[in-house]
Amino acid sequence: MIGIDIEKKLKTYKGEQVLKIARQFDAGSITKIYGPSGAGKTTFLKIIAGFIKPEKGIITVDNITWLDTGSKTFLQPQKRMTGFVFQDYALFPNMNVQEQLEYATRDAAWMKRLLHIGKLENLVTHTPQYLSGGQQQRLAILRALATKPKLLLMDEPFSALDPKNENRFN
Amino acid sequence: MDITPIWLTLKLASITTLLLLVIGLPVAWWLSKGRSVFKIIIEAIITMPLVLPPSVLGFYLLLAFSPQHGVGKWLLQTFNVQFVFSFQGLVLASVIYSMPFMIGPIKSALQQLPLSLSQASYSLGKTKWQTFVKVLVPNIKPSLLTAVVLTFAHTLGEFGVVLMIGGNIPNVTRVASIAVYDSVEQMDYASANVYSLILFAITFVMVIAVFIFNKYQLKSPLE
Repeated sequence: MIGIDIEKKLKTYKGEQVLKIARQFDAGSITKIYGPSGAGKTTFLKIIAGFIKPEKGIITVDNITWLDTGSKTFLQPQKRMTGFVFQDYALFPNMNVQEQLEYATRDAAWMKRLLHIGKLENLVTHTPQYLSGGQQQRLAILRALATKPKLLLMDEPFSALDPKNENRFN
Repeated sequence: MDITPIWLTLKLASITTLLLLVIGLPVAWWLSKGRSVFKIIIEAIITMPLVLPPSVLGFYLLLAFSPQHGVGKWLLQTFNVQFVFSFQGLVLASVIYSMPFMIGPIKSALQQLPLSLSQASYSLGKTKWQTFVKVLVPNIKPSLLTAVVLTFAHTLGEFGVVLMIGGNIPNVTRVASIAVYDSVEQMDYASANVYSLILFAITFVMVIAVFIFNKYQLKSPLE
C-alpha cells in the first residue's frame, strides 16, 4: 500500500499554484495520471522518487515512511530505488545499451530477458545517439525495470513507441 | 643556449595542471549545484585572477608568503617550507592564477548536463560520488580536455605572478617567459626568439589538438 498526502507550490506562467494530492494506491495496481501541461504530473512523480521535496506532506510505502515533513524524515532517492522512466529518457550518453543495464543490475539472466523483451539484443553495443527515439524509450523502460523496483514511475513512457511495441509494454 | 627554462616551464605547467585537475573537479562540481551567496563569493574569488593584473596577485602572494612575517614565517618555522623565490612558490602561484581556467569550463559543462542524468543514476541506487565518476565526468570529456589544455597553456605563458613570487633564479624559478624577457634585456634576441618559438609551437599544437578532438566529440549524430 502506498499512501501519499503532499502539498507543493508550483511556479507557473499563471503565477504560483499549489499541487495538492492525497490518495492511497494499492500494491500491484497501475495508476494512469492525466492532466494538462504544467499541472504538476512530472513534479508529482519526482516527489515520490525523492528528487523534489514538497513543502508539506507524508509518503509511506508498505508501512515505511519515505517522507514526513513534520518529523523531517526524508528517504534518499538511492534508498527508495523507484524505477523511473524520464520524459527525456535520461540515458547516459557515454554508455552503450549493455552498459546502461549493467550499471543498474548485475543479474545477467534478468538483463538478457530485458533485452529480449525490448528487442534490443542486436543493439547492445550501440550508444543512445545511434538508437532511434523508440529504441531509446524502450531502453529507458528496461533500465528502470532492471533493478526490479517495487514502484515503477513512468513519465510519458510510451510517447515514442509504435502501437505494436506499446502493446508489448502494456 | 640554456634549455633549462623550457624544461622548468613544462614541469611547472604539468604539476599545476595535475594539481588543478584534482582540486578543480570537485570544486567545479560543488559550484555547479545551487546558487547560495557563499558559493557566489567563492566563485568570484576563484575568478579574480582572470581580471586582476598578474603583478597585483603576485605582490599579495609575495607579502602573504614572505618568510619575515605572517603565514610565510609560520610555514618556514613549522614545516621549513619557503614559497617565496622557490619552485614550490611558483607552483602555488600558478595554481591560484590558473584556477579559473580549470574550474570555469568544467563548471559550465556540468551545469549544462540535464539534471535527469543524475536523478536516473540515483534512482538506480548509485551514490552521488558514483554518479559523478561514472555518469557526469565521462559526459563532459571535451570540456575537461579544454580546461586541461587552457590551464597548461596559461601556465606556460605566466609572467607577472611568476616574476613577483619567484624572481629570476636560474634553474629554480627562471621559466621560459622570464627567460624571453631576460634575453631581450640583454639584447640576446636569438635566444629570446628560440624560447618564444618553442612556447608558440607547444601552445599552437595543443590548441589545434583540442579543436580537432572536440570537433569529433561534439559531432551531431544527425550529421
